[in-house]
Amino acid sequence: MIRLRGVQKRYGRFEAVKSLDLEIPRGELFGFLGPNGAGKTTTMRMIAGILAPTAGTIEVGGVDIVADPMRAKAKLGFIPDRPFVYDKLTGAEFLRFSAALYGQDGPTVEARIDELLELFELSRWKDELTESYSHGMRQKLIISSAFVHRPEVIVVDEPMIGLDPKSARLLKSLFRRFVEKGGTILMSTHTLEIVEGFCDRIGIIRHGELAACGTVDDLRRQAERDGAGLEELFLRLTGEHVEPDLDAVLD
Amino acid sequence: MPSSTEPLPPQPGFAALTAPKWRSALARLKRRPGEKREGRGLLFGTAGALFLAAAFGIAWRAVTYFKSVPEIGPLLAGKLLGMAFLAFTSILLLSNLVSALSTFFLAKDLDLLVAAPLDWGRFYLAKLGETIVHSSWMVVLLSLPLLGAYGIAWDGGPLFPLVAVAALVPMLVIPGVIGSAVTLVLVNVFPARRARDLLALVSIIAAGGLVLLLRVMRPEQLARPEGFQSLVDFIAVLRAPSHPLLPSEWGSAMLMNWLTRIADPLPIALLWTTAAAFVVMGAALHRRLYVSGFARAQEGADTAGRGGTWGRSRWLLPGMPAMRREFILKDLRIFFRDSTQWSQLILLAVLVVVYLFNIRALPLFTGERVPVFLVTLIVFLNQGLAGFVIAAVAARFIFPSVSLEGRLLWLLRSSPLDPRAMLRSKYLVGTLPLVVLALALTATTNTILRASPFMMLVSLATVLAFTLGVGGLALGIGTLYPQFDSENAAQIPTSFGGLVFMLLAIALLGAVIVLEAFPVVEHLRAAQGGDPVALPGPQGWAMFAAAALLCVAAAVVPMRLAARKLGSLEA
Repeated sequence: MIRLRGVQKRYGRFEAVKSLDLEIPRGELFGFLGPNGAGKTTTMRMIAGILAPTAGTIEVGGVDIVADPMRAKAKLGFIPDRPFVYDKLTGAEFLRFSAALYGQDGPTVEARIDELLELFELSRWKDELTESYSHGMRQKLIISSAFVHRPEVIVVDEPMIGLDPKSARLLKSLFRRFVEKGGTILMSTHTLEIVEGFCDRIGIIRHGELAACGTVDDLRRQAERDGAGLEELFLRLTGEHVEPDLDAVLD
Repeated sequence: MPSSTEPLPPQPGFAALTAPKWRSALARLKRRPGEKREGRGLLFGTAGALFLAAAFGIAWRAVTYFKSVPEIGPLLAGKLLGMAFLAFTSILLLSNLVSALSTFFLAKDLDLLVAAPLDWGRFYLAKLGETIVHSSWMVVLLSLPLLGAYGIAWDGGPLFPLVAVAALVPMLVIPGVIGSAVTLVLVNVFPARRARDLLALVSIIAAGGLVLLLRVMRPEQLARPEGFQSLVDFIAVLRAPSHPLLPSEWGSAMLMNWLTRIADPLPIALLWTTAAAFVVMGAALHRRLYVSGFARAQEGADTAGRGGTWGRSRWLLPGMPAMRREFILKDLRIFFRDSTQWSQLILLAVLVVVYLFNIRALPLFTGERVPVFLVTLIVFLNQGLAGFVIAAVAARFIFPSVSLEGRLLWLLRSSPLDPRAMLRSKYLVGTLPLVVLALALTATTNTILRASPFMMLVSLATVLAFTLGVGGLALGIGTLYPQFDSENAAQIPTSFGGLVFMLLAIALLGAVIVLEAFPVVEHLRAAQGGDPVALPGPQGWAMFAAAALLCVAAAVVPMRLAARKLGSLEA
């Protein structure tokens, strides 16, 4: 479960997130949509405990991330938008290190590492240094590291970038099974097609505020009432519905 | 479809092409709103001015001394300048090798530039210029006090700075072209990543070799002609490494001709025509090999490295909690797999050899009986030298360790990792080898110096306490002034934080030495009175205790501040 109450984040005078309230219960996959610079990544990094909120409270699995960060973080798996890993570690060493950060060790972890590498078709590369991995392989390794300690909550920023269609499909199935088993996922994306048939609920964020929140059907019904599609509604809510004069640019 | 007769777009000027670089440099100098940089600027400015003043003082003393030598004064001064220029050229060759790889093959702007309809000649000149600026600025800065001393001592006149620039520019261009050409050939043979490793290793070995060579040549003998059997021997040594084909010799001849009022245009003609010819040849080589080299530099995935024996290393630290053990092993694996990091150990070894050589070269035990006071004093002050070496090693190996986690902060901050546990692991990995080095160095030099058992014990205890303190100080200050954007571990200690650390480490060293001076003098007095094993009194022991407490505080306080900073760090 993830719960945000009056969460705010300021950078000097700039207010990146303005009093955000959100609750994602167990067993739900929540899609977080918004244009560039809307405050999605800032919100996700606050939930992951990487950024401190200026005001408000954030709970992960019922534990306040500011008051008791260690216990809250133990319940969480975070997948960032850019797949940075240690270049001079092998894939298996990186996963072993990730598990150790959560205090996990021994034969169970070794079996878990093999299981995850097998799932993402990285077994062949298990003992190769990650400096030789492609972008997609690094992305899959980071996703594996978020699952290695069996978290309750996954916070994932733009997970599909760099993944081939087969891996993207596998990831969707994995996320779906994870929430069916009682896990919670908050996933940000720019791509409407991904959230449409996949997320249980969607939140659209604009200028650091939640502009709309509901199930895909709720939002679709709202869009139809306004005589528009979901994409049109998204663009309207995010203030990006005005088509620029393309001819002037191209001629 | 465009026809081949269609006119090509106009080419950008050199200023436009290099604008992103110099504009970025200017932007770095400008203050951002709300940013306070006065203190930082003042500290950097003062340290820089002090360094330049000290360098000028040393150069001034050497130049005026050589100038005062009758008959062979200009020969000696020219020799010294030639040696300095030769050292500069060697440093430039090495740094250009590494810089050229980065600017020509690994820089982030290359995709944009290579994809643009840019004339190859302009591209080469822009990148060559960037390489030369990157690798030469420090050498230019170092040459200022030296050339200033020559200009003032020999009364070079108002035009001397122009003459100096005319001599320096081709001496910077020639190594720049050679470095870029060698890198170009290497990248065509090896993939860029392997070439980078190879270049780092070659540069370190060559730099180490150069330092060792310069030291073993015993340049101090130049200042002591009485050490030679005859004047002929001395002049033979003076002429030994000179070579008429080296640009450094032309540069030195050009400047000495100006200063001694000799009208000889040959050196300047040789310098400039050679530099021009090198640029033309470098450009021709670039035109022939760059496209294939750049394509090879993009292919990194086929050079997969394997985990090797480190894969089984987790059994090396049994009984340790998983988090700490894996953190230590991770740091060790990364260090020993990264040739740009472990190769620094070669430089460290050279530093140690030069240090031991210097101690051995002290004219202490040449037959005459040396007073106990002098030996004790040198042993005591040797603690300071050893401490300085240890501080420099800590700056290079411990100071950058938290900064190097920069791109992985997302993982460390989003996991339930206790910042204190992380710092403790890093302290252990960095400080333990340093303690071994410090004790070995002190024991060896004290044995060479024939220190008394009391002084041996004092030195070992002092260096142990100082190393434990300076390790924590390096880690703490490195965390308080992190350089998360830097990927090069060797550059991190040259930052503002690195300067703060070195100043604090030297202050700690000074305080420890001042505190211990009292009990050591007490012991010395007793020894001179006929009691060689005399121990200090209660006041003396209090001083030792104060020094030990200071070392403990130097480790604990910065580490605590660092843990607090890590806990609230935003990435």
